[in-house]
Amino acid sequence: MLTAVGSLAMLGVTFGTLLGIASRYLRVDENPLEAELEALLPGSQCGQCGFAGCKQAASALAAGQAKPTLCPPGGRALAAALAERLGVSVDLSDTEELEPEVAFVNEDICIGCMRCLQDCSSDALVGGPKQIHTVITDICHGCGKCAKVCPTEAIEMRPVPITLANWHWHKPDPRQYMN
Amino acid sequence: MKLFRIRGGVHPEYRKELASEKAIVAMPLPRLLRVPLQQHVGAPAEPVVAIGDTVGKGQLIARAQGAVSAPVHAPTSGAVVDIANLTAPHPSGLPQRTIVIESDGRDAWAELPPPIEDPLSASPREIARRVGECGIVGLGGATFPAAVKLDLRSRHELDILVMNGAECEPYLTCDDRLMRERAPEIIDGVRIMAHALGVDRVIIAIESNKPQALESMTRAAAGVANLSVIGIPTRYPMGSERHLVQALTGRETPARQLTADIGVVVHNVGTAHAVHQAVRYGRPLISRVVTVSGHGVCEPGNVEVPLGTMVSELIAFRGGLTEEAPRLLTGGPMMGQPLPSLDVPVIKGTSGILALTKEETRIQPAQACIRCGSCVSACPVGLVPVDMVALVRKDNLDEAAAAGVMDCISCGSCAYICPAHIPLVQYFNYAKGRLNAIQRDEQKRDRVKRLVEARAARMAKLAEAKRAAMAARKAAAAPPKPDPDSPPAAAQ
Ligand code: SF4
Ligand code: SF4
Ligand code: SF4
Repeated sequence: MLTAVGSLAMLGVTFGTLLGIASRYLRVDENPLEAELEALLPGSQCGQCGFAGCKQAASALAAGQAKPTLCPPGGRALAAALAERLGVSVDLSDTEELEPEVAFVNEDICIGCMRCLQDCSSDALVGGPKQIHTVITDICHGCGKCAKVCPTEAIEMRPVPITLANWHWHKPDPRQYMN
Repeated sequence: MKLFRIRGGVHPEYRKELASEKAIVAMPLPRLLRVPLQQHVGAPAEPVVAIGDTVGKGQLIARAQGAVSAPVHAPTSGAVVDIANLTAPHPSGLPQRTIVIESDGRDAWAELPPPIEDPLSASPREIARRVGECGIVGLGGATFPAAVKLDLRSRHELDILVMNGAECEPYLTCDDRLMRERAPEIIDGVRIMAHALGVDRVIIAIESNKPQALESMTRAAAGVANLSVIGIPTRYPMGSERHLVQALTGRETPARQLTADIGVVVHNVGTAHAVHQAVRYGRPLISRVVTVSGHGVCEPGNVEVPLGTMVSELIAFRGGLTEEAPRLLTGGPMMGQPLPSLDVPVIKGTSGILALTKEETRIQPAQACIRCGSCVSACPVGLVPVDMVALVRKDNLDEAAAAGVMDCISCGSCAYICPAHIPLVQYFNYAKGRLNAIQRDEQKRDRVKRLVEARAARMAKLAEAKRAAMAARKAAAAPPKPDPDSPPAAAQ
């Protein structure tokens, strides 16, 4: 009994020390700025910025190798937030405010090849082999990757539909209000 | 009874006399009824009938989906001829799933649930369930499913039920007429609701510009213990839930909380009438009293309308319109919404259909703000509209939110009082819509982020498993090391 406890304790201490040393030597440089920038980015890993994912984009931003306007889905609001965090000024005049889009599968031409499923980072596409696929609009972040890989061009990007659930009043006509 | 002062408010021209002396009349049954699946706050109902089915009056045609939802019933007997996307009675003019029923002219009831015997000793659950099954929603215009607001006992300490008979919106008289003509039924419904909620006090509050309603309700309530009918000052927006509660009890509902959090539940008097029908006769909510008024309609009045009746038919029933293009509203002139056209149905929340002439509408070109501060003293919530509108105009939405725009109840008092005719409430409605949309986007982004992380983890695991399987296969496929000393069978 005592031996068992003793040997386990020994093992614990040894591995603990080893882990401690290993972590010191194998430490990945966690740049706090990078982490903060990554938290600002959408996190959908869509790759529209040209980097592999949001983490890589954050590193590039931190290293000054990318502009705060790099993220198309983030729009102006994100560009402004990134610029503020980086302490740089940014020209937002030609940052396009993208109309949010979602993928739409044309069921008449979908052949159920499953290629789009593999490319969707948020599992927004559902369907089995040789079955017609469909998009869960609520979690599609509109990156358009699926539309690019679809061999039959069955996937089309459409603006997010306006429904009674998301409609809201537009801004009153400014001409009605002179100040 | 001592009343407490409430903040702000205005005295609009009430113009109730246009319809207040007109007794409730029944609308003749239209041939086609278009019944939308969403007539309430919450998830839309789900159809349980198909095209070609025959239905009886009061038969369930779409069931509630989820905790906050309400079922929909056939307003008359006939056949389901279509389930289609038709224009909603909503300012956007967007389409909505709608069940179309062609009346067979017999108006024959389906088999209804049996009356609840002795409801005042039935279990609160049973009453809430019945009210839910009958599709009853708040008929004051908020259309929140009534059953949810009757089943609050488990989550909140409640002591007072307030019945809202204020009807503070100009023009509207449907609650007034209901209280004058059907007071005993309303009181019965109120008692059932009070029993379900387990409250020990009920206050029925009626604005003092409705003396006949006050009188008939007082008469019907005589002898009922712990129930008082009281007249309250006529002041818009007295009928706003939190203001009514404050005026009656002195308790202030904190921002973004419910009156139930301070022990008070508010229901509309029309809702009590519907509860009476559901509990005593098993009748679902398939019609409602609608005030048709304004100088733009030939014969203003109060009409009991089967839900799903087209507004055009209702207007025709009241003699048609007096001028080419009056301003059409659903609800009252302060908080009501413009109608996209006359070809939309009357739904559970339609308290009024107003056709206002040019002289009646107060749309005038806006001028520059003179910083008079009238809007500040009018705001019943204690906001500073003049500052908020400046922020919203510049789309400074974060700052507008910090200034409290999300607490604005859209009562329109500020816009009403503004001498410069600045469309203040319209700006706030826009800001609230935008801020809600931004919040929805944020929620979506978070959800997507979680899903992306989950997928990445799953993929990594899969790749790991594949690698392990591959390694194992390689190991198995590799020929055993030649060992001259032992026979191959011994190799493991
Ligand atoms: S666009 Fe396609 S790949 Fe991108 S999130 Fe939507 S469904 Fe997935
Ligand atoms: S009521 Fe109109 S004019 Fe007066 S301060 Fe408010 S916004 Fe300005
Ligand atoms: S509409 Fe909003 S800001 Fe204007 S008075 Fe009413 S609550 Fe106050």
